[in-house]
Amino acid sequence: MAGRTSNAGAFYLCVGIKLHMLHLGKDEKAKYPFLADAGKHLQEQGFELSQFGTDPALKVIVDKAFERIMAATSGSVYKSSLVDGKASQDHILDIEIFSFLIAIILVKLAGRHTLVQRFALSESRRAEAYLAQDLSDTRDRSRSDMARRVLFDIFGFEVVKQGYQYLIPVADYLRHSAVFNEREWKLVNRHVENGSVVLKPDKTVRLIRHALTIHITSKIRDSPTPNMIEGFEEMVAKLTAEADRLTPKYVVSGKNPPCIKHAIGVLERGENLPHSGRFMLGTFFLSRGQQVEEIAPLFKKAPDYKESVTLYQLNHLAGKTSGNKYTCPSCDKLRLQDLCFATPECDGIINPLQFGRRQKAPGGS
Amino acid sequence: MGGGKRRREEADLDEREYQFLESTFRRYYYDHADQIQIPEAVSEREFGYQKFGFDKGMIRHLQMRDPSELRVLLLKEMPSDVYCSNSRYQAPALPTAEKGWKGAELIFDIDAKDLELPCREGHVLAVCAACGSASLAAEGAKSCGVCEDQTVMRNKSLPCVKCMDASKKQVRGLIEVLCDDLGVLQEDIHIYFSGNEGFHLHVPHRPFYGLGVRERSDLADYIALKGLMPETMGMRKTQPDKKEFANLGEKGWRGRFAKAAFGSASRRASTVSRLVRQPESTAGGGGYSEFQGIVDEAVSKIGIRIDRGVTTDIHRVFRMPGSINSKSGMQKAPCKDIQEFDPYVDAVVLSGEGSTAVVADCPVRFKLNGTRFGPYKAENVKLPTYAAAYMVCKGFGKIV
Repeated sequence: MAGRTSNAGAFYLCVGIKLHMLHLGKDEKAKYPFLADAGKHLQEQGFELSQFGTDPALKVIVDKAFERIMAATSGSVYKSSLVDGKASQDHILDIEIFSFLIAIILVKLAGRHTLVQRFALSESRRAEAYLAQDLSDTRDRSRSDMARRVLFDIFGFEVVKQGYQYLIPVADYLRHSAVFNEREWKLVNRHVENGSVVLKPDKTVRLIRHALTIHITSKIRDSPTPNMIEGFEEMVAKLTAEADRLTPKYVVSGKNPPCIKHAIGVLERGENLPHSGRFMLGTFFLSRGQQVEEIAPLFKKAPDYKESVTLYQLNHLAGKTSGNKYTCPSCDKLRLQDLCFATPECDGIINPLQFGRRQKAPGGS
Repeated sequence: MGGGKRRREEADLDEREYQFLESTFRRYYYDHADQIQIPEAVSEREFGYQKFGFDKGMIRHLQMRDPSELRVLLLKEMPSDVYCSNSRYQAPALPTAEKGWKGAELIFDIDAKDLELPCREGHVLAVCAACGSASLAAEGAKSCGVCEDQTVMRNKSLPCVKCMDASKKQVRGLIEVLCDDLGVLQEDIHIYFSGNEGFHLHVPHRPFYGLGVRERSDLADYIALKGLMPETMGMRKTQPDKKEFANLGEKGWRGRFAKAAFGSASRRASTVSRLVRQPESTAGGGGYSEFQGIVDEAVSKIGIRIDRGVTTDIHRVFRMPGSINSKSGMQKAPCKDIQEFDPYVDAVVLSGEGSTAVVADCPVRFKLNGTRFGPYKAENVKLPTYAAAYMVCKGFGKIV
């Protein structure tokens, strides 16, 4: 590919990180483009952004970028041109890195949150597959070392190789496994020894999928949105339309979000739910239109349950005694209070009350 | 164990009892200020206390800039109980949501009353709030056998040696899991007698410091073996493999489980062979559900009986080491050697001049500082201060 002068600028520098720490090889840049300083790579190759909209020679990259996003919107993972995790030729490396970069630009220009989320999830699953391969590689030690360094640099925990398995410090395991609801991820169902959890390579990287998605999402969000690039208009319009198609028109179902389910579970087990959790439950069901008398029995198994106190507090939340009706706390606030147990079903909601909205059936009112 | 619930046994006390306990506790705090263990980063902790004779709950959200401020509080306020957070905050005196949580040590509570011990029948007494008489009665008794009053019957326990031995066994089990499985250093485990019926373990293990509620909950479940799947111990619903079953020589819970569930290698072999022969039966039952039963039984036998609520609550205040527990008049005392520790000697710290006249009503004998007391049947006795305080705190004695 012919290069020209570049002013790729600060935008790309936001996308690429940690290069100075990781010293990525070309294969790693292709596998984990969110780690590579793609902007620098672009500059080094002598490109500028505007070329991608007009230069026919670069169309293959733009098409690849579009394909990358479309794969994400369909819930699948983009299949790269790497062979056995290796960029066999320089132009493959360029395609891999530049298509990631252009994909981010397209996503930013489309300006739809759902595209950011789906793209980040898809890219994290793609990276997860390479990380698992690299961690499992017993022939080339440098590959497993690099994967371990990625885990350390991004997620701050050091995994130690022990035979075919990895040792993860218990505290790090707990921090990452807390987002899983499946019983197999509970610490009690893991092999724990000498302060470490013993995991196979695939489980090791599965553990960080959520954090990896958040990492990529935040990288995209932190990047400024560039001005529209000539030649990108049609693709951006298509992506916007696709995102709108994917964004459901909501109706509220009676299903409870995981935070509410968890809080109810705590109470049902007769355990102590902190005040903030009780506040969340009360305001959630009041906002859903339930009456104080219908909600109060939820708290019956609480160790310090008193009917009169519960009714008084619920009436207070409902604004009957205070004149001030309280609303259900946001997901952000619940996260801070350790009351959030988000699952993929939450799908980016910002308040538990938004949970359970589903797409209206075609033609429905 | 700490904050949250205010127990109002003291409501049954009258002015003479308050005065006696206040002056006795105050003397202790005056003479033995050095016994109160001040936590590191004292100014980042939340403190709280309760007073005798008040029914206003706990006074909390207090910040102490230095240890001397705490000592002044102990002498000035004459608290019945004093508490400190295991959490550190940017602003401990603000409401909980605004304190700025920085992290917390792990805390464990093992209480004899949670161990379902058969000996409790012999030392849990029902005390009538109306007439004050105490009798050995089934827990939850609704009316007084003496005055037939049906208002309030309180259960009071005089934990026995068996209670303490069973609690110590749990503590040793907990220490094993903390050290062998979770990598906690022995020197990071501080054991205290709670001052009443159990033990508290403070674990300032740095890697766990920043864990939130959910992570602590998972950790507590690990220690209690809660949520254990049969698959973790080797059983599968389809095509189970004998080699995957937990073995007696393994480390961690698998090894402990194998010892508890199978007992010996030969019994393991025969049990596992039977289980895998028919892992699932269409009529229900089969090896998998039989193994589930084995798991449940082993969990109740070897799971550590910690109070999960205590370990998972990061905004609680806990009884301060070295302070007096008003439920007993005994000290929350450090245990350097859990095996040798005798709470009825080592935690008996209150003293006073001469003896105290008490009307004692306690049908159970107890031993403090090597001296046996009771049983008493509403009789006037003269007791050393520590024993009088114990009787009054437990509700079995009135100051004459």
